[in-house]
Amino acid sequence: MIHEKAVVTENRRLAEGVFSTVFRTEAARISKAGQFVMVGTGSDSRLLKRPISISGADPLSGELRLVYRTVGYGTTELSLSKEGDAFDILGPAGNGFPVEKASGKKNILLVAGGIGAPPLLYLLRELKKTGAGGDCITAVLGYRGEKYGLFLKDEFEKEAKVIISSDDGSVGVQGTVMDAIREKVTEADLIFACGPLGMLKAVKGYASEKGIPAYISLEEKMACGVGACLGCVVKTAAEDPHSHVNNARICTEGPVFEASEVMI
Amino acid sequence: MSVDLSVDIAGVSFKNPVMDASGTFGSGMEYSEFVDLNKLGAVVTKGVSDSPWEGNQTPRIAETPSGMMNAIGLQNPGIDVFIERDLRFLEGFDTNVIVNVCGHTEEEYLKVVERLADQKSVRMLEINVSCPNVKTGGIAFGTDARMLEHITSEIKKKAAQPVIMKLSPNVTNIAEMGRAAESGGADAISLINTLMAMKIDIHKRDFAIANKTGGLSGPAIRPVAVRMVYEVSHAVKVPVIGMGGITNGEDAIEFMMAGASAIAVGMYNFHDPGAMLKVIKGIEDFCEKTGVRAVRELTGCVG
Ligand SMILES: Cc1cc2nc3c(=O)[nH]c(=O)nc-3n(C[C@H](O)[C@H](O)[C@H](O)COP(=O)(O)OP(=O)(O)OC[C@H]3O[C@@H](n4cnc5c(N)ncnc54)[C@H](O)[C@@H]3O)c2cc1C
Ligand SMILES: Cc1cc2nc3c(=O)[nH]c(=O)nc-3n(C[C@H](O)[C@H](O)[C@H](O)COP(=O)(O)O)c2cc1C
Ligand code: FES
Repeated sequence: MIHEKAVVTENRRLAEGVFSTVFRTEAARISKAGQFVMVGTGSDSRLLKRPISISGADPLSGELRLVYRTVGYGTTELSLSKEGDAFDILGPAGNGFPVEKASGKKNILLVAGGIGAPPLLYLLRELKKTGAGGDCITAVLGYRGEKYGLFLKDEFEKEAKVIISSDDGSVGVQGTVMDAIREKVTEADLIFACGPLGMLKAVKGYASEKGIPAYISLEEKMACGVGACLGCVVKTAAEDPHSHVNNARICTEGPVFEASEVMI
Repeated sequence: MSVDLSVDIAGVSFKNPVMDASGTFGSGMEYSEFVDLNKLGAVVTKGVSDSPWEGNQTPRIAETPSGMMNAIGLQNPGIDVFIERDLRFLEGFDTNVIVNVCGHTEEEYLKVVERLADQKSVRMLEINVSCPNVKTGGIAFGTDARMLEHITSEIKKKAAQPVIMKLSPNVTNIAEMGRAAESGGADAISLINTLMAMKIDIHKRDFAIANKTGGLSGPAIRPVAVRMVYEVSHAVKVPVIGMGGITNGEDAIEFMMAGASAIAVGMYNFHDPGAMLKVIKGIEDFCEKTGVRAVRELTGCVG
């Protein structure tokens, strides 16, 4: 893991309240899809770092991209950053998506609810690189509605078949990503998902009903990001490797878990 | 001029007065990528109990102004796994190992203390009688002076290593608690544990952490901690280890001047994994600049 001041090389708005910020950092050289970085704030009263998924990394140029929604102090500060600004970054943290599970699969489904899309874009590109999934990757992206902006949609469309859902029905299937899946997806033999907890619960239910392995990326409040504080746990079906009490650390054993392993 | 950073606490010598505060540094393993553990005065482990503890529901943490609240609930794998994994790991380093012990009942504390008696690599025990996030036992021992004296003396009967009693700040008279620990036979006293606090998420109309209350730590509590270290160190003869919001060398010096013989860095490790090394450097720089030859001369120099 790297801990350093990373310099912003690009920052732009993608949609209402959604931004894409690129950093130059050594972390880009060792990161995997599904991992995240802890980003420090510039404030000496906001001392915890913010966990944000990596949405792309180029090991050659050392550039690492974050795509995030502004919700509070830290993400707003990031969204206001300019080229040359530096942020404290710790990472890459977490396990990442198990890309190797895709080998030999014929119908890979990526399911993203809202701001869950960024890590799946990185995953999609990694899957394409390994050749796994070939041309049979479908991405289901859930948005609020057209007027709020369909961030990352074009980038997904370049590499996968895309199905859209929107809360207000202004684009794609009206409803949730699950409504879109039930309506449009006929086959899947592997699922990767990231999004709000309610969506992940639904994906877990769908996967178990259909007998499909599903890897989901979870969120929790984090203090350390390295497995030391035990703040970020999730109940697990089996004994966790750290404390042996069926409470795995999302920052370390996760954030990606096989859906049936976690009691969400 | 080279500064002598070494300190002595209850007959144990430390290469410098800096250690982590229990629960903020795992067992050192988690941070060993960022911090050369050999450079620390000691590594204080996360609280360990007789059997595995699950801890509290999530969310367990919340950011607060210049600090954070936590209600982890002392999740830990229990003493057996701890000895085989964490202690064996720490044995590979040239630093003092201090094991932080927790329990619900007197018997539970004593079982852990006895289990550690033949572990030569454990240099000291720190007894957490002050965790605000565990409903039974624990904090009761830390907020009632008679119970504190009693449990200290029972632990002293079984302990093979010097015993540090870790005090809760959630009391009216901290000096009295310090005296109770001392008369129970404590070899040293550490303070402060976290302050009981609450945060409400007004948008969710709910508590920010599932346990409702949590322990406040970080720079926000530093002035309270300095005052308590001062009061306790003036009320007892045993050495005091000070903590609460330390971020740099100057904060550490402040605690030492208030009466601490050594200090611990807690939640600031989360902010900067390299914090403790900077604290050590900062202490050394301060001493050099101000002509202090041995850092221990600073202990209690104010008041
Ligand atoms: C593994 C992981 C990956 C994430 N990836 C992304 C991503 O790619 N894009 C994105 O927009 N968001 C992502 N999030 C959510 C992101 O962490 C929060 O939106 C962010 O921490 C909010 O910080 P703030 O300072 O803007 O908000 P504030 O409300 O000021 O934050 C206060 C505190 O609460 C924490 N916090 C608030 N919301 C969350 C949350 N949802 N999850 C965890 N901690 C939270 C903050 O980290 C901070 O400690 C991810 C969360 C996790 C755990
Ligand atoms: C996440 C977290 C976990 C903690 N766990 C323990 C523990 O297991 N045992 C203990 O005695 N104190 C524990 N503490 C208290 C700290 O050791 C320390 O006393 C307190 O946080 C004040 O120091 P600080 O302000 O530098 O963090 C914990 C604190 C935090 C923030
Ligand atoms: S955030 Fe500290 S253990 Fe996960």
